[in-house]
Amino acid sequence: MLKQEYTITVYTENQIGLLNRIAIIFSRRKINIESLNTSPSEVDSVHRFTIVINETEDVVKKLCRQIEKQVEVLKAYYNTQEEIVWQELALYKVPTDVIAEEVKVERLLREHGAKAVVIRKDYTVFEVAGHREETDNLIKVLEPYGLIEFVRSARVAIIKNSDGFHEKLKEFEHREPGEDAIENEYLAKKDEVFSM
Amino acid sequence: MKAETETFEKIKTPQKSESSIPPLGGVGGAVAVMEALVAENVETIFGYPGGAIMPIYDALYDYNEKLKHILVRHEQGAIHAAQGYARVSGKCGVVFATSGPGATNLVTGLADAMIDSTPVVCITGQVFAHLLGTDAFQETDVINITTPVTKWNYQVTDATEIPVVLAKAFYIAKSGRPGPVVIDITKNAQLQKFDYKGYEKCEHIRSYRPKPIIRKKFIEEAAKLINGAERPFVIFGQGVILGKAEKEFKKFIEKAGIPAAWTILGMSAIPTDHPLGVGMLGMHGNYGPNVLTNECDVLIAVGMRFDDRVTGRLDKYAKQAKVIHLDIDPAEIDKNVKATVPVWGDCRETLPLLTELIEQKVYPQWLQRFRDYMQKEEDKVIKEELNPSGDTLTMGEVIRELNELTKADAIIVTDVGQHQMVACRYAQFNKTKSNITSGGLGTMGFALPAAIGAAYGDPSRPTVAIIGDGGFQMTLQELGTIMQFKPNVNIIILNNNFLGMVRQWQQLFHENRYSFVDITSPDFVQVAKGFGIPGKSISKREDIKPALKEMLDNNGSYLLEIMVGKENNVFPMVPQGRGVSEIVLSKEEL
Repeated sequence: MLKQEYTITVYTENQIGLLNRIAIIFSRRKINIESLNTSPSEVDSVHRFTIVINETEDVVKKLCRQIEKQVEVLKAYYNTQEEIVWQELALYKVPTDVIAEEVKVERLLREHGAKAVVIRKDYTVFEVAGHREETDNLIKVLEPYGLIEFVRSARVAIIKNSDGFHEKLKEFEHREPGEDAIENEYLAKKDEVFSM
Repeated sequence: MKAETETFEKIKTPQKSESSIPPLGGVGGAVAVMEALVAENVETIFGYPGGAIMPIYDALYDYNEKLKHILVRHEQGAIHAAQGYARVSGKCGVVFATSGPGATNLVTGLADAMIDSTPVVCITGQVFAHLLGTDAFQETDVINITTPVTKWNYQVTDATEIPVVLAKAFYIAKSGRPGPVVIDITKNAQLQKFDYKGYEKCEHIRSYRPKPIIRKKFIEEAAKLINGAERPFVIFGQGVILGKAEKEFKKFIEKAGIPAAWTILGMSAIPTDHPLGVGMLGMHGNYGPNVLTNECDVLIAVGMRFDDRVTGRLDKYAKQAKVIHLDIDPAEIDKNVKATVPVWGDCRETLPLLTELIEQKVYPQWLQRFRDYMQKEEDKVIKEELNPSGDTLTMGEVIRELNELTKADAIIVTDVGQHQMVACRYAQFNKTKSNITSGGLGTMGFALPAAIGAAYGDPSRPTVAIIGDGGFQMTLQELGTIMQFKPNVNIIILNNNFLGMVRQWQQLFHENRYSFVDITSPDFVQVAKGFGIPGKSISKREDIKPALKEMLDNNGSYLLEIMVGKENNVFPMVPQGRGVSEIVLSKEEL
């Protein structure tokens, strides 16, 4: 199985120490976390982790089960790039004089979908929200003009094929939770396996 | 003078409090801890006091009648004792330790309890909340240190949280796949008075599903596979014992007529002489179950997790078989071995459903193959181990004599190494929860403290700790606990004057280069004597039986050292990196 980029979405309780509990699931297996974001979710009081890693599906599936095993985790999903809508936010600080003199600022803003967040005499801060290559592109453009600072946020992602967590949460709150199918590769190929 | 006498009297006989809940001014956090323990039916606590847990020990002073506290000699001893207690009694072990070094000394036991799924609640003291993060005296980041080795942990900084958090702690430790929980309580929270509203047991946590839903479809598919099988094979682990499903399991295999082999922790779930019991799996398990794992057509795994010591090389493990995996922990399904049919759920609930759907069957020829392999193992290994022809004593013959004397009724607690493998290969059991050992973590030093806990867990049966000369020296301070509290622990040291298992590997796989395995020992009998424990050391065959008898008949604890052959090896063996069917019966076959 090939390694590829997976985005893991974890719905959790808001609990001190849970970030560590989740992070060490990866570090214990020497898996690098490419990006990690914590935020509120569509449901009040439920938190949402968005974690990006490069791994095989087999490994990602096992990681999700280990994550779900944590007491304060409600649910973990994993998705490929195609299955999500995602954004990252980047900020670029550049010297205002150089930029004003040498760069066609208007073109830059248009081509890269950038916004000027702050314009001061000494420096200007641009902002771009987009995919990795889009934010990377602007670094290349700005580097020759003396890019002073660059920072990019963790990924946030929406799962295309998700109805949100409102309904799911009801199941969790119910004392006898409803049926929750866990995929199994053999069951998907049932006809091959159960032909006795 | 008078005041002094009073204090002295008070020390001699802890006063029983009139009412456990003071009526006015609220209840201190420490008292709320006691109330929680009483409400959870805790009877025995293993612990060691210190600065940051003093308010809890102060409250304990008034609960002396309801809660028995065993003062150990090292916190590692406390948690291993709690593990032994939990494993034998089926209840939750409870540990008290102070902050800093007290808490860090628990870590090995937590890791052990985590990997062997043992329910233990550890309550650790912590510095005052306002001192957190200041490098205060005996301050350690206990929550973060213990996170990877606990099922759940939580730091309490406000007393009002105590009842709810402890209720959660016990619920989480015991339910689903059990495990250790650490509750770290800051000293201010222990001292803080608050409006105590009583204790309510926890029965539900919304983000926590102790048991997965049972899906009928998979039970039916599993039954179909079993009914169509020609060479089915059941392998089972501690899940059967933890799920209190021994009866259900026995009914299942008896109706199905399927041979069943146990993992080291599953051992004793069915009597070792059960006609369908075909022995132990794994690196030093029995010959037949290992070889035939690779010949069965349907492999039914019940409450076990396919540890690498059981599977050997995974790409050579049961590749021909369709696998049915019953487990309460969804993360175990497909973790190491892909399941053809996963049966999520508590095996106490899933096994009867499965038993219902399977046909009553027998597999005489298939079972005979296990017996044939057992005969081969008997001829090549067991005979010489249990009835040796040479002069030096073997560990196996000690176990054989012990079996005869205890009539398979004893609780056997083993440490880690050669003696552990020999004891688990040859010990006989007719009661469940009888084989206590450190399976997953392989913690040397486990046995002595765990045996103390086991003796409290079920005082009605003899507890026999079987320990090597190396492991005994790791936690022998717990002889002091035995001296003071007098649990009835029979200690057998199988002394081969070596760190035997490492020596065996150095002999077999490192060209006889014996690197630091030559361990010297003190005079164990004299050491025991120093702790007021009688004992004896023997090295002659004819002394084994009378000495064991003397030990078992002795009222109170006893230490028996038996000098065994220095360079005996444990066989059969699945060499590391080989498949289970490549198991060898002797050095020559390697």
